[in-house]
Amino acid sequence: MATRQTQILGRSVTAPSVLLLLAWSLAPLAATIYFSFTYYNLLNPASGQFVGIDNYSYFLTDPAFLASLKNTLVLVGSVLVITVVLGTLVAVLMNQPVIGLNIVRLMVIAPFFVMPTVSALVWKNLLMHPVSGLFAWIANSLGLHPIDWFANAPMLAVILIVAWQWLPFATLILLTALQSLDGEQLEAAEMDGAGPFSTFFYITLAHLARPITVVILIETIFLLSVFAEIFVTTGGGPGLATTNIAFLIYSQALIQYDVGGASAGGIVAVILANIVATFLVRLVGKNLEA
Amino acid sequence: MASITLQGVRKTFGAVEVIPGVDLAIEDKSFVVFVGPSGCGKSTLLRLIAGLEDVTAGQIRIDGVDVVQVPPAKRGLSMVFQSYALYPHMSVRGNIAFALKMAGMNKAEIDRRVTAAAATLNLTPYLDRKPRDLSGGQRQRVAIGRAIVREPKGFLFDEPLSNLDAALRVQMRLEIATLQKSLGTTAIYVTHDQVEAMTMADKIVVLNAGRIEQYGSPLELYERPANLFVAGFIGSPKMNFVTGAPAAALGAATIGVRPEHVAVRPGADGPRGSWSGRVTVAEHLGSDTFLFADTELGTVTVRAAGEIGLKPGDSVRLIPDSARIHRFDQAGRAIRG
Ligand SMILES: Nc1ncnc2c1ncn2[C@@H]1O[C@H](COP(=O)(O)OP(=O)(O)O)[C@@H](O)[C@H]1O
Ligand SMILES: [Mg+2]
Repeated sequence: MATRQTQILGRSVTAPSVLLLLAWSLAPLAATIYFSFTYYNLLNPASGQFVGIDNYSYFLTDPAFLASLKNTLVLVGSVLVITVVLGTLVAVLMNQPVIGLNIVRLMVIAPFFVMPTVSALVWKNLLMHPVSGLFAWIANSLGLHPIDWFANAPMLAVILIVAWQWLPFATLILLTALQSLDGEQLEAAEMDGAGPFSTFFYITLAHLARPITVVILIETIFLLSVFAEIFVTTGGGPGLATTNIAFLIYSQALIQYDVGGASAGGIVAVILANIVATFLVRLVGKNLEA
Repeated sequence: MASITLQGVRKTFGAVEVIPGVDLAIEDKSFVVFVGPSGCGKSTLLRLIAGLEDVTAGQIRIDGVDVVQVPPAKRGLSMVFQSYALYPHMSVRGNIAFALKMAGMNKAEIDRRVTAAAATLNLTPYLDRKPRDLSGGQRQRVAIGRAIVREPKGFLFDEPLSNLDAALRVQMRLEIATLQKSLGTTAIYVTHDQVEAMTMADKIVVLNAGRIEQYGSPLELYERPANLFVAGFIGSPKMNFVTGAPAAALGAATIGVRPEHVAVRPGADGPRGSWSGRVTVAEHLGSDTFLFADTELGTVTVRAAGEIGLKPGDSVRLIPDSARIHRFDQAGRAIRG
């Protein structure tokens, strides 16, 4: 993009796709905003009239909203902590020269390729099932009482499943970053008398600050809208125990057939996501500078 | 402040023998330069001394104590890396203080030492900057600051100036040499640049394929090279080597004469023992002229002081200074006497 001419050329060539993308993302948003101000219930043919902010006040004052907001934050926060901490440790371990590393790498990466619904089903029926699950079997053979995960620790169960899915992503990004850590820096630290722990905290972790930021930002975007894992396992329950915002909107729209209310919820979710994103970028984004 | 002694030091990487066996005694307070072509094992030898690599066999003694089993940080040596290896997320202060912090030194003492080191190296205004906001020369200084602040027994430098431009290299060369003398700390300095070696060293170790070809003062190497390799490696432009009849006449397999010890005169006639030739290239540096002349003995390089009015195609007579001809035997060893 050196000259004015190439600049103009570049812009005119990219313009169509930019416009298409804009239309693609703006049209549904516009429709959602429109529906959020109307009374629109799939069971009621007399729908369509403008109701102002009724949908919003209804959605925001619903006790389920606060509960699901809290659940969303707990879910996102816990999964972030688990994946970043474990991801860092696994990446550091995988960065060591070990025999059979390729197989280990493949195994660590594999969960990322499993569809959320499938992995949630596997966890639900094969691992966490209180009667026939692997965990129950382990607990029984140790003489312990098996946990009924989805009844007694539903949120923890969902967090574990989602964290399991996102661990490979964090590990991969952090491993790649580790491999770019300058070997002479580590040797300099060794000469300076830093032991393994000091080296990890002062050199490795500092080097990983930026990729960790990237992991947090990307994961947050996806974790705010976790749905399949909840839908397949707990259905948002028991009660509201595992209902996050995404699931709440779904239940408004397709369980209560309230499209207007669901749209209002969708807009609220968009705003919340933006708040969280802005907050995160402020908080950790300075790592991305320079 | 330490003497460093290597005894039968060997290093192999798998099946590859990089250092076949080195014996070397480095005196206290001296500045020793390892010089040799790329890949000859200079860095490896330095890293063995630092403890960053394990020796395959042999002893490394610092002040008489064998340190082969001692971890790098405990050997009391500090190292300046070719890439500087500064910690990018720490300030200059943090970089210089890191080793002291790791040693658990108290804050006041760390501050005092960092301030002193920064003052020595003209880094005081930059103490709170990050390495990425410094120029190449300043980064180099930080790396040196990190080395001196520990007040080590010895400095190890691995081609520390190779990333700097020519002018800065000359300046830093001087600064490092001066600093080393004023601190009186033993230093080992690795370079492939023989000018750096000649200007900085008290003693030079010429390495070739992991072997020490000669160990001596710069002038010793220049005046009395032990073998063909050292003769060809030390000095710029390279020494002229002649085999055949002229060498046999002096009872040698090869004779060598440095370009600055060949006199040149225009025309085709000259005294006995001189060679006739034709100028192929003349490099005019102002202070010196480098002539490359085709002779029946091959290309001969001449270094003449000042400007001489010769140009390519001119016939010349080349007169080697018979007192400064080096003689080498069949195996390439210098013949003395
Ligand atoms: N870790 C290593 N593994 C295998 N070979 C190595 C290793 N380090 C260095 N070498 C080999 O040892 C030789 C000397 O390397 P080095 O000491 O870096 O040379 P120099 O610093 O003189 O250029 C080279 O041939 C290099 O390929
Ligand atoms: Mg080297």
